[in-house]
Amino acid sequence: MSTLTGIDRDALARVVAADIPPGSFVNLGIGLPTRISNHLPPDSGVMLHTENGMLGMGPEAQGGAIDPDLVNAGKLPVTELPGASYFHHADSFAMMRGGHLDICVLGAYQVSAAGDLANWHTGQARDIPAVGGAMDLAIGARQTFVMMTLLTRDDRPKLVPQCTYPLTGPACVSRVYTDLAVFLIQPEGVVVRDLFGTGFAELTTLLDVPLVDGTQETVS
Amino acid sequence: MTGRLTICDSALEAVAGIADGATVMVGGFGSAGQPVALVEALLESGASELTVVSNNAGGGDEGLAALIRDSRVRKVICSFPRQSDSWHFDAAWRAGAIELELEPQGTLAERIRAAGAGIGAFFTPTGFGTPLAKGKETRVIDGRSYVLEYSLPGDFALVAAHQADELGNLVYRKTARNFGPIMATAARTTIAQVDEIVPVGELDPEHVVTPCLHVDRVVRVERNLAMSGGRS
Repeated sequence: MSTLTGIDRDALARVVAADIPPGSFVNLGIGLPTRISNHLPPDSGVMLHTENGMLGMGPEAQGGAIDPDLVNAGKLPVTELPGASYFHHADSFAMMRGGHLDICVLGAYQVSAAGDLANWHTGQARDIPAVGGAMDLAIGARQTFVMMTLLTRDDRPKLVPQCTYPLTGPACVSRVYTDLAVFLIQPEGVVVRDLFGTGFAELTTLLDVPLVDGTQETVS
Repeated sequence: MTGRLTICDSALEAVAGIADGATVMVGGFGSAGQPVALVEALLESGASELTVVSNNAGGGDEGLAALIRDSRVRKVICSFPRQSDSWHFDAAWRAGAIELELEPQGTLAERIRAAGAGIGAFFTPTGFGTPLAKGKETRVIDGRSYVLEYSLPGDFALVAAHQADELGNLVYRKTARNFGPIMATAARTTIAQVDEIVPVGELDPEHVVTPCLHVDRVVRVERNLAMSGGRS
């Protein structure tokens, strides 16, 4: 394991949540990105979309509020908020593919310097491939953010020159939020916006990707 | 007032005529909208060599998973076969006993929608540049790259809705709507299991999601919604 300790998952979720403009329509991927919803201010007006056919999704349902007819994309029981709406799968994916969602946040195995995303399949012959809505989300939302650890358990970087895992979508990621840094994928290259518990020079030694130091700028 | 709808007394009667080799669409996503009674009746009916169109490839030991366990399914067209409890599909796949056609979820939904809407094929940006577009025709339209995907019709659709009226108009509940409305349009014969059948005129026409011309047979199946957490 790397000796670097960046921020924990909830602190990272807070960083992402702070970057979501009030009133946005957002899809949060299964796993790590789901935590972001815990850090959105109640008055933010952010509406959550779930690809199995709902806008205005509330928190996970507990106890008597559990309804087998009301689940999220991870198939967990959830609740509905005032102003929620339901629609069928073709409409739900038209919403994504048609560019009507402002932001989606996904987990990843790898992201390339060009914003290619790999998050659906290891590519190992023994692993059963399963894609779900990952490809539609990756290319559909106006902005696709990735939230992940920067390094694998055995310290290999997940921000790479080229993805070695099978692609989910080409050139679709605009930001990468990690425990050690926030990266902006821009035409001029990969810009480091924030650093957590590491310096820019140290970060460059971890990655094979050319980096631009943007930590002094006020970038949005 | 009577239409063409057949109101069946049992799920077994509702799935009558699903022959070996049929393409059967099965609605549902997680615990929501699973036509559990219809799939169990299909198992009981003995039909085999089926092609199943569904988002998942069954979980646990019931429903679609049981059909796969009993080698009734030749091919699955779905987006997400691998689940923590998809052991019957996993075993069949590893044994080479089942064919898998994997599609992005939105492409699967749109192929079904297209079949019901009389569209032969469409260009979608989803999947371009990925292994799932391998061998498929592509085109650049206004500078963006697209993949050609063909419509996906079914012989039968098995869907679960909340209410039907005696003509077959359907109303769904919450996220149980999922694939029901599009599968109902894409199959030659649509069979719905519902919580309740009400007289014609009881459903607000503004609230009908699936108009009755898409529905051929309906069966009421007792379901206890208060029994929470029923995952299938």
